[in-house]
Amino acid sequence: MKTNAPINEPLIEVQDARLHYHVGGGLASMMGRSATVKAVDGVSFTLKRGESVGLLGESGCGKTSMGRLLVKLEEATGGTIKFDNQSIADLRGDELRTFRSRVQLIFQNPFDAINPRYTIRKSMSEPLSNARIPEGEWEGRIIAGLELVRLPDPVQYLDRFPHQLSGGQLQRVVMARALILQPEFVVADEPVSMLDVSVRAGVLNVFRDVRDRLNLSAIYISHDLALVRYVCERTIVMYLGRIMEDGTTEDIIREPLHPYTQALVAAVPVPSPDQSHEPLPIGRGAPDPRNPPSGCVFRDRCPKAFDRCAQEIPSKTRVGERDVACHLFSP
Amino acid sequence: MLKLVSNGIRSGFRSLRLPVGDPFAVAGLAIYATFLLAAIFADYIAPFDPTEILYSKDFTLAADLPPGTDGHILGTTSLGRDIFSQIVFGTRSALLVGASAAFMVALIGSIVGLLSGYFGGWVDIVLMRLADIAFGIPFLPFVIVLAAFLEPSIWNVVFAMALVLWRDTARVIRSQVLTLRSRGYVEAARVCGSSDLKIIWRHITPNILPLSFLYGSIAIGWAILTEASISFLGFGDPEAISWGYMLQDAFASQALSRQAYYWFVPPGVAIILVVSAGFFISRGYEAILFPKLDR
Amino acid sequence: MTDTLLSFKDVEIVYKVGNMSIRATTGASFDVPRGAIVGLVGESGCGKTTLARAVTRVIADNAHIAHGQILFDGIDLVSLSDRDMNALRWRDIAFIPQSAMNSLDPVYTVEYQLHEVLRGRGGLSRIDARKRSKELFELVGIETNRLSDFPHQFSGGMRQRVAIALALALNPKLIIADEPVTALDVIVQRQILDQLRDLQQKLGISVILVTHDISVVAYICDRTVVMYAGQVMESSDTRAVLNEPYHPYTMGLKNAFPDIKSAGTGLLTPIEGSPPDLANPPPGCRFAPRCPFAEAICRAENPQPREIQPQHIVACHRSQEALQLRTEASKYETWQQIP
Repeated sequence: MKTNAPINEPLIEVQDARLHYHVGGGLASMMGRSATVKAVDGVSFTLKRGESVGLLGESGCGKTSMGRLLVKLEEATGGTIKFDNQSIADLRGDELRTFRSRVQLIFQNPFDAINPRYTIRKSMSEPLSNARIPEGEWEGRIIAGLELVRLPDPVQYLDRFPHQLSGGQLQRVVMARALILQPEFVVADEPVSMLDVSVRAGVLNVFRDVRDRLNLSAIYISHDLALVRYVCERTIVMYLGRIMEDGTTEDIIREPLHPYTQALVAAVPVPSPDQSHEPLPIGRGAPDPRNPPSGCVFRDRCPKAFDRCAQEIPSKTRVGERDVACHLFSP
Repeated sequence: MLKLVSNGIRSGFRSLRLPVGDPFAVAGLAIYATFLLAAIFADYIAPFDPTEILYSKDFTLAADLPPGTDGHILGTTSLGRDIFSQIVFGTRSALLVGASAAFMVALIGSIVGLLSGYFGGWVDIVLMRLADIAFGIPFLPFVIVLAAFLEPSIWNVVFAMALVLWRDTARVIRSQVLTLRSRGYVEAARVCGSSDLKIIWRHITPNILPLSFLYGSIAIGWAILTEASISFLGFGDPEAISWGYMLQDAFASQALSRQAYYWFVPPGVAIILVVSAGFFISRGYEAILFPKLDR
Repeated sequence: MTDTLLSFKDVEIVYKVGNMSIRATTGASFDVPRGAIVGLVGESGCGKTTLARAVTRVIADNAHIAHGQILFDGIDLVSLSDRDMNALRWRDIAFIPQSAMNSLDPVYTVEYQLHEVLRGRGGLSRIDARKRSKELFELVGIETNRLSDFPHQFSGGMRQRVAIALALALNPKLIIADEPVTALDVIVQRQILDQLRDLQQKLGISVILVTHDISVVAYICDRTVVMYAGQVMESSDTRAVLNEPYHPYTMGLKNAFPDIKSAGTGLLTPIEGSPPDLANPPPGCRFAPRCPFAEAICRAENPQPREIQPQHIVACHRSQEALQLRTEASKYETWQQIP
């Protein structure tokens, strides 16, 4: 597969990406309700080849939007996103088709991500047909794809319909479809959150295995820190469209620096009866992407906020191996 | 070869999803089938030429004969024309107008709805403005005005409906497409590189076809009613024997005061049957498409 | 007045689907002590929701309680008339269904909906209802000036608090909550759970918390009941169930849940296979097809629940060997070789 960038260059480069929606209309803005939803508001990070990075945050933080920007399901309203040293904003025609064979998305709800009217075979042949792979090769590749996600005796699934499979099986099929053209980069959008808990482990193990075998670079979107830890060596914590902290997963769990990360880590329940019941170091209230606070977006819930937080948006500061966007660390 | 054809027909029927579960819909389908057969085999079924002015054996005008006289099952009009033959031949213009109008309405409405809903942006804005204009046009007066400009013909109704009545279908199909567009598998198709055309053909169209048929079957009823109204008002084609024309003739011949019920009851009943059949079938489709509505 | 508020005794609930009878639960028995939070945990389809709903009889039309008793303060709820059951609902026992936060009526203010319960069911006067509404909001931690807001103006977490307020309206002795925090983000989840515990301590109510998430149970429940394929597999003090499980299913469940506080990312071990078809359950132990420790007797005979330790019930033929089995169960390979 041809690549533009030399091996040690980042595969993905995001610079100040923004995704702003206009919501409401004349009436809403007359009533003083802000008409812009800032789903992603100035996100910058890089991803190296073979890296798995978790995009962690609660609902409304923009992680799903960021994921969609990366696979070009949405167009950024500001900033740049580069894949393999090339901006993805202006890709058209053949270049776009090539991009689509190198970058894929694994969806959250397997029953929504596959057309219920068509057999597994037909659904999985769609990417093959788009990439103009000769029809004779299809069956072989589909079976190989199903084997890759460890579906036993794959031939039996070819002519079945989605509703005949369980959630776990179908999610593997969704994964197989995403990987059938052997992409270099995959965005997994909460791939196990709709699955029964007992099934998640199996699907996650398959994901890890496949990622290692194909040397995939991946962004794993989730609100569940435990799952992110299982899959990603690095984690980016998002809140209200911005990055709060970016560092190795282990460091972030062991010693969270950003006050939001601290609350997030403290909030994760564990299957042990001997866990802390201390109140969380975070104020109540829900983040509203329509009316984010001025300055640091976390300041209205932050136990350590001070004057500067309201006046100035904190920029990323390097602390050891990590980046933190917090005035506690700003120079 | 035969297998291919039968497979094709079977999958065609399957995508049509004929509502055979609902007894009303089945009745509707039966009525359609009956009238369709009557239209096709009119030459064999009708005992007389519908336009022919008939004379009875004693060389007088066979006018205003009550039903059952002299082989006239439903009697004759004031001009001596056999009513039953007129009804039978009338099915032709009714079904022709109905089917063509329904097809045009469903086709245009579906295409507009599809393009509008899928592409959004200025395509959507322009098309929906057109639909708004179509909504603003009062239908019957429009057809009358059209008839005044063009030659009187049953195709006026079809033409008028094609120009105006696609609006409901377009709106409904558009919102269905909007919903479908955000389904995971449509987005998945985009992400794996499928072209817009491919997505529309493969993922969206099969899901809106039943809706198109629903609105098409409603349109049949409207078309026939409109054609009858136009003919009744005197703007129809006097050469074509349609049920509306029969009603106009009955009215002009003062059927009520003469108590010649057999002049207006047969065409009236025929219209009611066909239009109701259209609605029953559409109700059957509704039950298939939106099963929760039943409860 | 005994220590036990609610007691399930050998409850069997049967669904009729076509001409098939599906036993959603079989021989389910456990106790809910006064003022305790009891977790009812298991994967989907295990019967926990059906059992919870059976208490106030909000089960499907084609389901009925074929056998057993549900004793509430001594009264058998199963044999109560519909009228008496209705009188109990909301007053003594309140049920918060799954996604309750999404079932708030969007066209009425939350105060209106509270009043519906307070005045309609509770017979309170308007003034008393207003007072009580404010009290309830304070109890669940929402600013009282939000009483006049509509459901869509609240976030998911807040709506869940409103659902809890509704459940508490008439001072029930027991609240049954079905997956109350599943759809919520982790921080809100923790806050809601803290709120529930706070209420339990302040008001002395008992709670049955139905969930598939063993971490939630670990955080908040005093007692844990583990269900599988319609049967109670293990039931005891939460600490005992999680730290010293006797049933292989419980052991397997723990492995499937990641623990971020523990060092190292070991492989998550799923329990291979899926629950049995309840229309045709296997003759022996229902977990045997997926159990790494199943033996001949397990496949032949369905083990009866026994009290292996005081207040610790388990349904397993090999419960005597639990110590050994626990060691085996903590190894990844054990769960790979399912027969």
